[in-house]
Formats: sequence, structure tokens, C-alpha cells
Amino acid sequence: MPSLALLAQSLASGIFIGALYGLLGLGLSLAWGLLGQINLAHFALAFLGAYLTYQLGTAGLDPLATLAIVLPAFFVFGAALHWLFARFAVSAFNSLLVTFGLTVIIEAAIQWIWSADFRRLESHYADIRYRVGTLYIPLPELLTLALAVALSLALWAALRYTDFGKALRASAEDASMAQAFGVNAKALALLLSGISAALAGVAGLCIALSYTLAPSQIYAWVGVVFAVVMLGGLGSALGPLIAGIVIGVSEALTMAFTAPSWAPLVSFSLLIALLLLRPEKI
Amino acid sequence: MRTLGALVAAGVALAGVPLLELPAFYESFFYLVFFWTVLATSWNILSGYSGYFSFGHGAFFGTGMYTTATLTMKAGMPFLWTLPVCAGIAALFGVAIGAVVFRAGRLRGELFALLTLAVSYVLATVILNTPIDGGPGVSLAAVAIPRLAATPPSTFYLLALAAAIVTLAVAYQVQYSPLGRGLFAIHDDEDVAEVLGVPTYRYKLAALAISCALAGVAGGIHALFVSYVTVGETFSIVVPLSVVLMSVLGGTRHWLGPAIGAALITALLYAFTASDYAVAGRAAVGLILIVVILFMPQGVLGQLLRWTARPQPKPGSGLEFTHRHAAVQDLAPLLSASGVSKAFAGVQALAGVDLVVRRGEILGLVGPNGSGKSTLINVVSGHYRADSGRVVFAGSEIERLSAHRIARLGIARTYQIPRPFAHLSVLENVTLPAMFGHAALARAEAEREAMRWLEYTGLASKALALPGELNLHQRKFLELARALAARPQLLLLDEVLSGLTPSEIDGAIALVRDICAQGASIVFVEHVMRAVMQLADRIVVLSYGRVIAEGSPAEVMGRPAVVEAYLGKAHA
Repeated sequence: MPSLALLAQSLASGIFIGALYGLLGLGLSLAWGLLGQINLAHFALAFLGAYLTYQLGTAGLDPLATLAIVLPAFFVFGAALHWLFARFAVSAFNSLLVTFGLTVIIEAAIQWIWSADFRRLESHYADIRYRVGTLYIPLPELLTLALAVALSLALWAALRYTDFGKALRASAEDASMAQAFGVNAKALALLLSGISAALAGVAGLCIALSYTLAPSQIYAWVGVVFAVVMLGGLGSALGPLIAGIVIGVSEALTMAFTAPSWAPLVSFSLLIALLLLRPEKI
Repeated sequence: MRTLGALVAAGVALAGVPLLELPAFYESFFYLVFFWTVLATSWNILSGYSGYFSFGHGAFFGTGMYTTATLTMKAGMPFLWTLPVCAGIAALFGVAIGAVVFRAGRLRGELFALLTLAVSYVLATVILNTPIDGGPGVSLAAVAIPRLAATPPSTFYLLALAAAIVTLAVAYQVQYSPLGRGLFAIHDDEDVAEVLGVPTYRYKLAALAISCALAGVAGGIHALFVSYVTVGETFSIVVPLSVVLMSVLGGTRHWLGPAIGAALITALLYAFTASDYAVAGRAAVGLILIVVILFMPQGVLGQLLRWTARPQPKPGSGLEFTHRHAAVQDLAPLLSASGVSKAFAGVQALAGVDLVVRRGEILGLVGPNGSGKSTLINVVSGHYRADSGRVVFAGSEIERLSAHRIARLGIARTYQIPRPFAHLSVLENVTLPAMFGHAALARAEAEREAMRWLEYTGLASKALALPGELNLHQRKFLELARALAARPQLLLLDEVLSGLTPSEIDGAIALVRDICAQGASIVFVEHVMRAVMQLADRIVVLSYGRVIAEGSPAEVMGRPAVVEAYLGKAHA
């Protein structure tokens, strides 16, 4: 039985990793649920963003300032990706295969430019950590949590209350019907796809601040983030964050009580149970 | 048979390669080609044929790897003996998963892919944390490599070659067997396949078992080839993704497609690895995948087969039908339903329906929208299970049987909105029920039967077209031909006339009469009242899930309550 302090610390780290899962899942879930686009390249994009942050940060730019470059670039990339899918009428499943191809290309590009060695961004953020009682809370993790919560809430509100959000949900349900009522579904889809890719850029920043980078890491979170997206409900803005934290905490507790290597069992058993028992909820 | 012979001949010829004493490099390269051929082809038998895309192939392959690793290292079993065990354990594992997954609703497409991926992560975690692996991996360096040839690389070459030939033979056999026909039908529309008599659940399990067994053998061989087995390598997402990539690249609707994809990708990667541009090679593979999906979604082989000329339709065998017997109406009931109820989330679609269909009669089933007509058809054909009540058909109780068993007993149905198998030709669409339905004919016989019904419904010239090339009228008749090819005793027609022009309706009415004259009993749901009055011997009126009137058309339609409440202005 681990001590109370250890338990609290693992709870906190579970929430932080969960926030990252949620942030990665957010763009994936919106594109999948509202555009029918299963974007495996989302992970590669996040790591590309992380490497760009690393490169610009090493050159002396403040890591947060790199977003000014990464976000517009990724937005354009995301919109272009959707244009391609729309142009070729790619089905949801084929979008998974196409973006796998894209993932392989991006992975190769990263390896080409930055080599397969581990890279670590040295920034002053990494040195700051707060002490709350017996808990240590590093700033990068706190930043990840804050960004994940803020972006999820903002998108949730946008989808729920703005005309943009309503039009988007309507065209996700029935694109041709929405168009008949004057919704410019194509423009909306391009916009959302761009936002989704930009979200990968934000996740990339968080990864660069907290983790050591390697090209092969692209695949490390694919399984668990897909589980988060499913558990959170496709197309939901708050779902991925909540599901991410649930999974993150349950993984952290599993690690605290058993061995770290047992952690994947929790998330994937949850996912299997959900798929088998409540497939209609997805 | 010729193809199988050619396959075996190719295998024998390739088995002579080690005698050439080429540098070991070539044998390793061909080993990889054969290895990926086995994995991709085995994946395709389930996923390509039936459309259930699995991302869990790594789990089945990994089962084989760890079976061999455990048996050779811990139990001291000779390597070759472990291979059948690999096949058995992987197949058992697959069937156990399938038995749960295929029962739990319809998990298609990306959800099935994700589920199988999750299963392989769970398996990886369990193996990592138990003595099967325990973390550091298992070394097979101490295992004796069987001396099938002069050198170990030659031995691996021969083992993988044998596995590849067997796998391709199995894939070929499956594709052209009833199993394959059924799987392709499941790919396009599983509900319809089941209603036409395909035992979908058993077929999916069988395909999964075959697929797993072959992947297990590949794993067993590969364990000794790499001689060091780790969880990270074995269960990495790269294995299932590569397998999908190769199959899609080659073409998933043909037994040889995945092998072509496997050879292309392996050669490409090998060519780049040998040079200094291994990274560029991987990027090229990614680019090829994107281009193939966008420009030839049927894969390389699929595209090639499309370019080679399509065969001409066979000359029809002439209109020679056996009029089985003239319309004899005896009063013996063919189908009797009593007290059938069915509710959906609070809506009582059927509330205790009693209904009798007599042999040789045409029964019209009418009622306003939402009165339960289609639900009743769905219950009788086995698509829905009734909450309560009995349905007896030709002496057997059918309310608990699955749809394909009911189809075999001799009930066939059509859908209001035609649901042809989109990727099968018109002829193949009609051949399927002749093989799986009440008639249960062998393939050649079934094809002749199908051709007869196509001529009967005026579709013979379209036999080799895909359903997408037909207009609505033709699609309705395809639907009808498909139901007739099963030679049903009872035919359930769900609004076959809706959407047709008046002259087309006249033709259809004559056709239905003729079908009845040949001995089938018919229940038809219809809103076109003219047709109901002309065709029906008897009509039953449903409203809110209850029978509110039945009798001869003229008499029932004359009842003021029926006219007023349920037919509204239609009769005015």
C-alpha cells in the first residue's frame, strides 16, 4: 500500500498526463465526429509541432511564442488536408489509411531533419515547479492542464452557443440538408479541420515542454488517445478532456498499486468494455 | 484447380532456389517477402473479404511468436512441432474474441478496428507482466534450427515459402467457396446476407479462425528467425498497419492482392535499406499508400483486373421454366403467427398480431405508415426477434431461429429500398440466394438458376453489370430476382411497386401473379391500392400494431371504418 503522499502525487500526475491525452484527443475527436475524418496524422503533427518548438526554442525563441508560427502553419495544413479529402471523397476508413501514409512521411521527415536520437528542449519553464503541501507541480504540466481546460471549454461553448457551432453540428448530422438551409458546409469543414490541426500544434508545445522527443514516440500514445476519444464521445469538445483525466488517473493509480508496465491494461480494458457493452453510445 | 496447380508448381520451382547457392542475402529478402505475404494474406481472408478491418493482427501473430518461444525454451519442444500448436492457439484465441465481439451488436469499420487494436494492447500488457515474457524478452538462441536445407537461411526460406504457398492456396479456396461468397456478401450488406441465408456469425468466426491460424504460424516461424522476441517489437502498431497497407495496396478483393502488395513494399523497403536512404524509403512507402488510396482505391491488382476486358455476358439458356404447379389454394396454413409482439424503446410496433398465410395465396398487408407492416416482415424473416408470440412456418417454430435458418426453410423477402450487394455483379447478387437459400444449389447450378431468374425479370443483359449501373426499376426487379432465386415457399414483398410508373406497375403485377402460379405463397406490403385490389386473394389491415380487419379485398375495403381511418383519401 503506497503512502498517502505518494498516492496524491500519482493522482496529480494522472491528471496532468490525462490533460495531455485530452488535448491530443480534442482535435482528433472533433475532426472524426464532425467531419468523418480519422486523422492518424494528428499524432505526427503534434510531434512535428513539438520538434518545431524545440528548434525555435533552441534558437532562443520563447516556447510560447513559437505558437505564433506553428498555429497558422498547422491551420493551413489542416484545411489543405480536408480539401484533399473532400476533393477525392475519401471515406472515414480510407482517411485513416491516407493519414497513416502521412504519418509515415512526417516521421521520416522528422528523422531526416532531427535524427532518431532523443532531443530535449531546455527552457526556463522546465525549472519552475510549485510546491503545494507535499506535492510538486511542475509548470509545464500545469500549463498543459490549463491549456487543455481552456481550449476544451472554449470549443465546447463555441459549438454550443455560436452560430458557427450550430451550423457545424447541423452539417455534421446531414451536410446536404444543412446546405439547403444556407449553411456553407464546405467552408466550415475547412475551418474546423484547420482548427483541429492547430490543436495538434498546441499539444506539440506541451509535449516539447514536458517530454524528451524521438520520432518513434509518435506511436506511443496512439492507442490510449483513441481510447480517450471513444470514451469521450466522438465530436464532443469536453468529452476527451474528461475521459483523458479518467484514464490518466486510473493509469497512475494502477502504476502506484502495481507495476508501471500494467498501466495500459486499464485504458484498453475500459475501451473494450465500452465498445462491447455500449456501442450505440459512440 | 488450374490455379492451385500453378501455385504448387511455383512453390516447387521456388523451393529449388537454395540449390543455386545464392548469397544468403537473397534468401533473407525472399524470406521477408514470404513472411509478409502470409501475414497480409491471412489478414485479408477476414478483413478484405468480409470488410471487418482488424488492427489486431499483431495480437494473433504475437500469439504465435510467444507460443513458439515458450514451448521451445520452457518445455523443450522441437521447433517444428510448435508450429501446429501456434496455429491452434492463435485460432482458439481468435475464436474466443470473435465469439464475444461478433455477438455484441454490429461493430463495423473503425470501431471493430479499434477494438481489435485494444485487444492486442491488452494481450501485450499481460504477456509483458507475466512469466511468458516478464519484461526483458525471450531469446531463442539456444533453439536448434531444423536442418531442412544446408544452411539456416535456406531453412527459413523454405519454411516461409511453404507457409506462403499454403496461405495463398487457402485464400484462393476460401474466395471461391461458399464461405468466400458469403464473406463478400457480408462485406456489402450483412443484414441482407443473413436474410438470404448466409450464416453470417459462423462465417465470420470461420474466417477469423483461418486468419488467426495462418498468422500464428507466421509468428512461430518468425520467432526463430529473429531469435529474440520482445513485446515492444511484436505488438508494435507497425505490424497491423503494414499488413493493412500491403493488402490495400495490392487489392483486398482478390486472393493474390495482398501478396502483390507485400512483395512491392518489401522490395521497396529493402532497396532503400540497402542504400543510404532508408528514411526516404519509408517516406516513399507513405506516399505510395496515399496515392493508391486516392487514385486506385481497389488496389493495384483490382485496377489491373478492371483494365483487362470484362467478359461478355453468357448467352441465356432460354426461357424454360418449370411451372411447378398451377395455383392450387388449399386451406392448410403455411405460416401462422399468433400473439406476436415487438416493442422498440417504448413504441409498441406490434401488439399481439395473429395472422395466417395459406398455401398458394396472395395476402395483402395494408395499413397506414407506422402500423407495423415492415416490423412484421422483419420479425417473420428473422431480422428482429419477437418479444413474445409464436411464428410457425411449414410445421416448424421459427420465432427463435436466426434469419439465415429461416431463409433455408423457405422464406425470402425483398426490401422496400433495394439493398443489392454493391460490389457483386447482378448475376452474383442473384446466385448467392440460390446457393444459400431454400434451394441450396451448388455453385454452377446456382449460377444457371440465377441466370434464369434474371431472364424472367428482364435483367439478363445486365448480368455482369454492377448494381450501381441499374435504374430504380431494374434495382427493384433485381431485388425480386434475388428473392425468387432462393425458390422460396413464402415470399415477403415489401413495397416492390413504390416509385414505379403505372406501366411498370402493370408489368410487376403480372409478374407477381405468375410467381404465385408457380407455387409460392406471397405476402405483400403495398400502398398502391390498385395493385392490392387486383392481386390480393385476401387482405389484412394493421393499425398501431394490431390486426383490425381481414377478409376479401372488396369486402374489407368497403368497411367504413377501414376506409375512413386507415386509407383516408386513397379510396376516394
